[in-house]
Amino acid sequence: MNIFVCVKQVPDTETKVTPNADGSFIETSSIKWIMNPYDEFAVEQALLIKQANPAANVTVVRVGSVKDTEALRTAMAMGADDGILVEAGDNLDSFSIAKALKGAIDKSGKSADLVFAGKQAIDDDCLQVPQILAQMLNLPSVAVVVGFELTGSTVKAKREVEGGALEVYEVATPCVIACNKGLNTPRYASLPGIMKAKKKPLAQHSLADVGVSDADRRVKYSGFRLPPEKPAGKKFDATDAAKQRDVVAQVVGLLRTEAKII
Amino acid sequence: MANVLVFTETNDGKVKPVTLEILGKLTGNTADVAVIGDLAADQVQILAQYGAANVHKLKGAGLEKYSPEGYSNALSSFIKSKNYDYVFAGATSTGKDLIPRLAAVFGAGCASDCTNFIFEGGAFAGTRPLFAGKCLAKVELTGPKPHFVTVRPNALGMPAAPTAGAGAAADVAADAGQIRAAIKEIIKAASTKVDLTEANIIVSGGRAMKNAENFKILNDLADVIGATVGASRAAVDSGFAPHAMQVGQTGKTVSPSLYIACGISGAIQHLAGMRTSKVIVAINTDPDAPIFTKADYGIVGDLFQVVPVLTEEFKKLLGK
Repeated sequence: MNIFVCVKQVPDTETKVTPNADGSFIETSSIKWIMNPYDEFAVEQALLIKQANPAANVTVVRVGSVKDTEALRTAMAMGADDGILVEAGDNLDSFSIAKALKGAIDKSGKSADLVFAGKQAIDDDCLQVPQILAQMLNLPSVAVVVGFELTGSTVKAKREVEGGALEVYEVATPCVIACNKGLNTPRYASLPGIMKAKKKPLAQHSLADVGVSDADRRVKYSGFRLPPEKPAGKKFDATDAAKQRDVVAQVVGLLRTEAKII
Repeated sequence: MANVLVFTETNDGKVKPVTLEILGKLTGNTADVAVIGDLAADQVQILAQYGAANVHKLKGAGLEKYSPEGYSNALSSFIKSKNYDYVFAGATSTGKDLIPRLAAVFGAGCASDCTNFIFEGGAFAGTRPLFAGKCLAKVELTGPKPHFVTVRPNALGMPAAPTAGAGAAADVAADAGQIRAAIKEIIKAASTKVDLTEANIIVSGGRAMKNAENFKILNDLADVIGATVGASRAAVDSGFAPHAMQVGQTGKTVSPSLYIACGISGAIQHLAGMRTSKVIVAINTDPDAPIFTKADYGIVGDLFQVVPVLTEEFKKLLGK
């Protein structure tokens, strides 16, 4: 069984984002890169399947810059067997990334039985790549998955929708599964795992190698800027129990008269 | 002037409000609406009021329930039979799953989760938050048409004086084609409240809630003001609330009219997820908590004392 896991490298969630000088992207020089948090659930799910099916092979694929290979090394340290890196800039659009992932999977010579990805990357927040990739691979997909069971070649996947309701899908492999928080508890990479990861095979391709060119760009970004700052608000002291009611009544009053919200 | 299709979803037979927000913003273009399944005459009437020229009701076997492939097959065949420049939808659970797949059928691009847009010389130019709202960027589409756009609910706002359209409704025979991933069962959520991403008012609790049971005081407040209850990552990771309730960079990005943050310090990843709320009220014991830098009304105090009083005051105000 061949399992592919698509991962992305993104700025850490505590990063303060600053647009670059010409607004064409963000300043990336001082960013701490991590594996996209949702991709950790994807890697973990693949490894859980591998535990139950020792013959399974887990390949982790990433499209992005070479200057830091944190995400791939982390995934291999967690237990993925091998990796594929498609070298690209940091500001590629979803269509190009999906096409590059498909190209990389095709080029591996293995036919995918399962493709896992995080439901979205927390940098561009597009929530597109798994669905586009599924369409390009002509595979069914289930996105925002919080429950996964594999029995033989049948997948039962729970997809979380509005208000926390769950759609329970049944689908035969091969298929694409986009993972959400809550699916599992991703393992930490062990020290021996980290040492072993250094020796695991990592294939590298250019975008051209996997058939992607500038003509594949569908979404153009420009004018990166910080959101407008709100003017300072009003602050009330309700630490004194005797004045609490007056203070709260005043705020509630302002919500109606000033903010006109309620 | 662009020729646009707006895909609408319904909730209990009613058109989702984000459709009307989109229609209002499309004034000056030709906008048709497509729905999967039936739509009552009063709903067609509402779509017409907001500018819909035609309302296409796609009906066929296999479309009773949502499936990415069934909806995508039905809509792609319909879109191919027309000549649309753009296809819009709400960035809802269904929209976010369906539209990228549908766009890929056409080898076309999709601008996700836009919070505003205009047409510059007939071409779409949108604004969208990236990095969970830590920054904004202009987004444009290129390549084969139609181009696809999803719009965040509550972001555009309802048009004040919409221009009406003809609202001519007709059934369209649609084919769901092959559905490999199909819904076998739907497990209803414990809460019947509107989703955080569509909620008009949100009451959120943080680490200071101490445990899951204490969320009851937030639920009581939420019931009085018709709010949906959310939680910070700290509260979710501590097991006080399920992930579906999480607001922030690894949870939901929300923009309600009113956001009431209770015992939330305001980590950068949380602020990113709720900073576009129109009015923010924060309750926290720490006067220096970062949440107060984003709050329109900050109340320094113990949430366990303040929230119940807040609930009573809202009751009085609303005559409940």
